Amino acid sequence: MTFPMGFAGPLSGLVCGVLFGYVLQRGGLGNGCRLTAQLRLQDWTVFNVMFTAILVAAGGLYVLELVGVMHATDIFIPTTFLWATLLGGALIGVGMGVGGYCPGTSVVGAAAGRIDGMVFFVGLIIGVIAFAGVYTPIAPLLGAAAGPQAQTLGDLLGLPAWAVLLILTGVAAGVWWFTRRSGNNTAITCAD
Amino acid sequence: MLKQRPIWNAHLAGAVLGLVLLLSFVLTGHGLGASGAPTAIAAVAANVVSPAVVQANGYLGWMVEDGRNPLNSWITWEVLGVALGALLAAWWSGHLRVRVEGPPRASNLGRLSLALIGGILSGFGARVSAGCTSGLGLSGSATLATAGFVFLIGFFGAGLLTGFLTRRMWK
Repeated sequence: MTFPMGFAGPLSGLVCGVLFGYVLQRGGLGNGCRLTAQLRLQDWTVFNVMFTAILVAAGGLYVLELVGVMHATDIFIPTTFLWATLLGGALIGVGMGVGGYCPGTSVVGAAAGRIDGMVFFVGLIIGVIAFAGVYTPIAPLLGAAAGPQAQTLGDLLGLPAWAVLLILTGVAAGVWWFTRRSGNNTAITCAD
Repeated sequence: MLKQRPIWNAHLAGAVLGLVLLLSFVLTGHGLGASGAPTAIAAVAANVVSPAVVQANGYLGWMVEDGRNPLNSWITWEVLGVALGALLAAWWSGHLRVRVEGPPRASNLGRLSLALIGGILSGFGARVSAGCTSGLGLSGSATLATAGFVFLIGFFGAGLLTGFLTRRMWK
């Protein structure tokens, strides 16, 4: 048996989405107060959840490729467009600092009854329409400084994937160790 | 209302999230996302209001070309699932409650205004980087793509700066 299985339909989307939303809410990532507290370095839930997830998924993909049931060429690896990738990330970071969420977490926050999460989602739609309005003049910037197609950190640094995984695990563990005392939610007054 | 239970330990939540993300790669070949759904909704909504303008638009036009419906896509089904999953999780853990969250001293109108402005910046930004915290930051980084980590540098860099500048608002 080889993966991916090519399930691109509604059921596959719903199953992945339900699990994704369930875990985000139970992990506390639908709470805008908690998300912004991470940006003030008062709560490390976002960092710890996100980096653990990246490492587990990356480790899983590594093993599936190692045993030969999955090929790197069959999975989607995004390409860097240096300015667009950085600028888009920065706008989403500012958006979280100001509005409390990012696109996915606003859906989670809204589903748990937060009206600010619903309004944030409406803002996303307006933001997309504003982007479409200026797309043609800014298109050259969006495509500028393109990196190699589907480049990985291993390609960039000339290291094997296991070494990259080891370094990232070290970084995640180090950050967790130095911030473990502020990992508790003393700064958060909003319920999850 | 069910008994309120605290959130999961962050590393446990992260490990489960990593397995869900891996499942997405195994089923579909790509990771999880979010911003594709508001993009599809924007295309459909704008097409209802002003079809001629949208169909001539360089970004949204192809999505609604020839009667196409971008809402019938994996990503919008997935985001619908996110809402359902989060609703169930909030309900079963006793956290489902209608409220307006935000900076402690801000009025409800102030909180909703901040949410709207933040949403607009985020929606615009997600189209600039062609992916958001889920699609690029989480899923991209899980493939060890350089793009995922470049995104995270921009996201946390600007986010931390905003967090520092707005810290008084949260006292």
